[in-house]
Amino acid sequence: MALLTISSPHAHDHSSVSRVMLHVCLALVPATALGFYLFGLPAILMFLLTVGSAILWESVCLKLMGRSQSRLWDGSAMLTGWLLALSLPPWAPWWLALGGTFVAIVIGKQLYGGLGQNIFNPAMLARVALLISFPLQMTTWALPLDSFTDVGIGQSFSIIFGGAPLADGMTGATALGHLKTELSTGADAQQVLAESFSASRAILGTTGGSLGETSALLLLLGGAWLLIMRIISWHIPVSMMASVVIMAAIFHWIDPSRYGGGIFHLLSGGMVLGAFFIATDLVTSPSSKSGQLVFGAGCGIVDFIIRTWGGFPEGMGFAVLFMNALTPLIDLYFKPRVYGRRIDGTPKRYAKE
Amino acid sequence: MWFSAFRGGVHPDGFKELSSQLPIKTLPLPKELRVSLRQHAGSEAIPVVKAGERVLKGQLIGRPGEGLSAAVHAPTSGIVTAVEEVLAAHPSGIHSKAVVIEVDGKDEAIPTVATLDPFTMDRAELAQRVSEAGIVGMGGAAFPAAVKLSAATRSKDGIETLMINGGECEPYLTADDRLMRERADQIILGARLIQYIINAGRIAIAIEDNKGEAIEAMRAAAKPYSDIEVVVVPTRYPMGSAKQMIQAVTGKEVPAGGRSSDVGVLMHNVATAYAIAQCLTRGEPLISRIVTISGGAVKRPQNVEALIGTPISHLVEQCGGTSDTPDRIILGGPMMGVIMPSTDVPLNKGSAGVLALNKREVAAPAASPCIRCARCVDACPMGLVPLEMANHARAQDFDGANDYGLKDCILCGSCAYVCPSHIPLVHYFQYAKGEQSAQKATAKRSDYTRELSDAKRERKEKEAAAKAAAKAAKRKPKPAKKAVAEEEDE
Amino acid sequence: MIAAIVVLTAMGLLLGWGLGYASRIFHVDSDPLVEEVTAMMPGTQCGQCGYAGCTPAAEAVVHGEAPVTLCPPGGKPLAVALADKLGVEVNLDGMSDVPLYAKIDRELCTGCMRCSKVCPTDAIVGANKQIHAVIRSACTGCEACDNACPEDCIDMQPDPMTLDTWNWPKPNVA
Repeated sequence: MALLTISSPHAHDHSSVSRVMLHVCLALVPATALGFYLFGLPAILMFLLTVGSAILWESVCLKLMGRSQSRLWDGSAMLTGWLLALSLPPWAPWWLALGGTFVAIVIGKQLYGGLGQNIFNPAMLARVALLISFPLQMTTWALPLDSFTDVGIGQSFSIIFGGAPLADGMTGATALGHLKTELSTGADAQQVLAESFSASRAILGTTGGSLGETSALLLLLGGAWLLIMRIISWHIPVSMMASVVIMAAIFHWIDPSRYGGGIFHLLSGGMVLGAFFIATDLVTSPSSKSGQLVFGAGCGIVDFIIRTWGGFPEGMGFAVLFMNALTPLIDLYFKPRVYGRRIDGTPKRYAKE
Repeated sequence: MWFSAFRGGVHPDGFKELSSQLPIKTLPLPKELRVSLRQHAGSEAIPVVKAGERVLKGQLIGRPGEGLSAAVHAPTSGIVTAVEEVLAAHPSGIHSKAVVIEVDGKDEAIPTVATLDPFTMDRAELAQRVSEAGIVGMGGAAFPAAVKLSAATRSKDGIETLMINGGECEPYLTADDRLMRERADQIILGARLIQYIINAGRIAIAIEDNKGEAIEAMRAAAKPYSDIEVVVVPTRYPMGSAKQMIQAVTGKEVPAGGRSSDVGVLMHNVATAYAIAQCLTRGEPLISRIVTISGGAVKRPQNVEALIGTPISHLVEQCGGTSDTPDRIILGGPMMGVIMPSTDVPLNKGSAGVLALNKREVAAPAASPCIRCARCVDACPMGLVPLEMANHARAQDFDGANDYGLKDCILCGSCAYVCPSHIPLVHYFQYAKGEQSAQKATAKRSDYTRELSDAKRERKEKEAAAKAAAKAAKRKPKPAKKAVAEEEDE
Repeated sequence: MIAAIVVLTAMGLLLGWGLGYASRIFHVDSDPLVEEVTAMMPGTQCGQCGYAGCTPAAEAVVHGEAPVTLCPPGGKPLAVALADKLGVEVNLDGMSDVPLYAKIDRELCTGCMRCSKVCPTDAIVGANKQIHAVIRSACTGCEACDNACPEDCIDMQPDPMTLDTWNWPKPNVA
C-alpha cells in the first residue's frame, strides 16, 4: 500500500460545487419558465444566447489559462449566464447578451482568478456595465404577450439579431421607471402608482420587466427551495427585504405623494430576485451570519436610496456591487464568536459561585 | 435537566448498525505483539526488559519517560524477541520503539494485588495506582489519566462535576456503546472511584440519544446512587469532544486557553472509567481494550476485546478479513482518525476503532477552488472561519490563520466534511500548526546556539585579554625604562 | 479658474508640508531591514558566508551584494525566508531540504581537538586524544569543524525524523 499522508476526515457529505450550482439553477426554473411563457420565443432565444455565450467565454478563458475544461462542469458559468439573462430585458438584442456575458465571465470572474476569487457578483457587474453603456436598450421592456405564439420564429430572430425596432404597442415602462419619470414632472406618487402598479400582477409576474424578475411568487418559491436545501440562509434575503420595506414605509408615511410604499418597493424591479439569488451569491457575500445581516441590510438601504433619489429607476445591481466591495471589510469585523471567548476575542471567564 | 447544545456541528451517516448488534468478542491470542513505547501523549516510555527475557501478563515493560508519559505493560506472557523500531501507528510511516513479544500462549499473569474496598483507601495512593497501571484516556487523545486525576485534586476551586463521556459521536464506532451495554456496572464503579479520588460533587454520564440500550443499561446500573445522573444529549458530531459536551451538559464554555476544571468539570471517557475500575479493584494494568473493527471493506464488522500491541491485520482477519481492497485503513473514527501506512501497525491504547473504508465511503474527489459558501463557518463547532484559516495557511501566513482561530481549532473535521469543494481544510490546519511549532523549535534552537556562540566569543575575548594582560605585565618594566630613556634624551 | 488654482496650490502646499512633517516624525537612523535580517540569521558568527559575522552578512544580503543562499547553517528555510523578506528570486539548487548537523566518525577520529576549537557554539565535546562527540542540540551545521578536521571524519547529516519532529506536509492541492 502506498504511503498516503492524507489528513482526516475520511468521510464527506457527498456535496459538490456542481450540485450547489445545479440547485440554484433548479430554483430559477419556475421564474424562467414564466418569463418564456410571457415573453415568447425571442425571450427563449435571448436566454439560450446568454447562457451559451457565458459557457463559451468560460471555456475560452480556461483554455487561455491552461486549466482543465472539466471545470466547465462545475456549473458556475451556466449559473452566471442564467442570472444575467433573467435580469436583462426579455427581448434584448444579441450583442447585449454576448457583451454582457463577456463582461461577466471574462472581466468579472476570470480576470480575478476564476471561480471563488472575484470580488463582485459577475452577473450584476455585467448588468450594471450594460445599463451604463446602453441605457436605452437596457430599459426597453417588452410587454407580456397575449399569447405565446404571437411572435413567430422568423420574427424572433429579427428581433434578437436584426435589431428590428419594436412596435410601440409591444413595449412599456416598468412601474419603477414610470414612477421616476412621472415624479420628475411633479405628479403625485399615489396617483401614478394607482394607475401603473398592481400588487397582484407583480406577485404573479404578468407585468413588464426583466425576463426573470417579474413574478415575486415564483421567485419566492425558488428561494424557499434554496433555503430548504440549505444552499443559502435566511439572513441576507430577510434583512435585505426588511430594510427596504422599513425604509419605504417610513418615507411613505412622511410623504405619500413622493414615495412609493413598502409593498410597492418589495414587489418591484429586481428586489425578490436580488434578495434570494443575487445578493446571496456565495462567493461575494460575507461568510458569517452577523455579517450577512449587515450585508443584506446594506443592499436594501442602498437600493432604496438609488431608487428614490438616484438617477436610475432601479438600483439593485449598484447596491449589490457596492456591498460586494464592502464584503471583505464586513468579513473582517463580523466574525462568529469563538467558543470559550468573548465577542472581543478575550477568553471567557465565569464568576466564582 | 436542560440542554443547550453547541453551535455548528454535522450529522454524518452513522454506520453504527454494522457493528452495534453483535456482542464484544474475545480474540484468540495473536502470535506476536508489538507493544509501542510511545502510545500516549508525552514522551516515550523507557524499556525495562531486554531481548530474550520472558515476561508475564501484566508485567511492567516500559516505565514512564521524562515529563508527561505513561507506563507500558506486557499484555500476555511470552518471550521478548526484540526492543526495536517498528512501523508506528502513525500516518508518516515512521518507525518507533516497541517491545516485540513472541506470545507463548500460556497467558501466565504476574500475581495481582486485589483490593477489597478501594473506597477506604488513601486518594493519592489510588491515583498512584492508576498511574502505575499505565491508564491513558481511551477516547483517542491518550492523555495519561493519572495526570488528569492529580491535576483535578490540586484544582483550587475543586471539581463540581465528574463527567463521563459516552458520546461516541464518530461514525462506525460502537466500542463505547457495547461497553456500556455489557459492562455498565464496572463503568459506574470506575466513575465512582474517580469521583472518590477527586472528591467531585456529582457524576454526569452523557450519552448521545442514538444509543437507547446503552442509556437504559447505564441508568439501571446508576440507579442506587443518587449523585449519578445519566444525561441524554442530542446526536450531533462532535458531541464527544470535551468542550462541546461540557457546553451541551452544563451550558458553560471552557475558557480559551483554559481547562475543563475552570468550569468545575473533569471528563473521562467510559472506557477509561472501566479501565480504572479494573485497575483499582482487580489490580490489572491497562493491557487490552474494546475496539470496533468496521468499515465497508470489512467482512464481519464487530467489536473485539483486543490486547494492546496486536497487529491490526490480526484484528481484521479475526473479523473475516477484507472483502474488497480497502481504500484507506483508519485508526480511530472517520472524522478524526488517522490513516495508517499499512495494516502492519500495532493497536494502541487510544485506538477505539480500526476501519477499512472502501472508495465510496471515503468520497474524496480532487479539491476544487473555494466558492466561499461558508458552510464550513456554519459547521464549525468552535465559531471559527475555516475557509480563511485555510487560505492563510496555504499562503504560509500562519499569523493570519491564527487571527481566524487556528489556535482554537480542535481539528474535528466538521468543516472539511461539508466542504462542497472538497478542500482538505483539516490538512491545512495540521500543516499550519506543525509549521508553527517547527518554527518555534527552530527559533528556540537558534536562540540557544546564539547564546552559546556569544558565550564562546566572550570567553575567547577574555582569554585573549588575559593573555594580552599577561604579556603586558611581563613587558611592563621595559616601557618604564624606555620612558626614562626618552626623558634622558630630551 | 482662479478658485481652482487657489485650491490646487493650497492642496499642494498642505500635502507637501504633511509629507515633510511625516518624514521627520517617522525618521529612522539605521536601516530597519538590516536589523530585521540580522535577527533572522543564526547569529553564531561562524563566518561560513565569508563575512566577519552575521550583521555584515545581513548588510550584504540587504544591499544585494550576497545571495540569500549565503548561510549554510540557515539552510533552505532561511534562504526562502530571506528571499520572501527581500522580494527576490531564489535558486535553491544544491541546497538540502532539511538542516544538516555534524557527525563524527568514531573509527577515524584521533581526538585532535581542532574541530572543537573552531566550533562557534562549543557543540563538540571531548578531551585531547579522546574521541569527540557532537551535541546535536547545540550544532548549527556551519561546517566549520568539517573544514578543520585533518582526518576528514566529520560528516554533515540530517536529523532522523521522529514522531516528535514529523509534521504534516503542505496539502498537495492545485
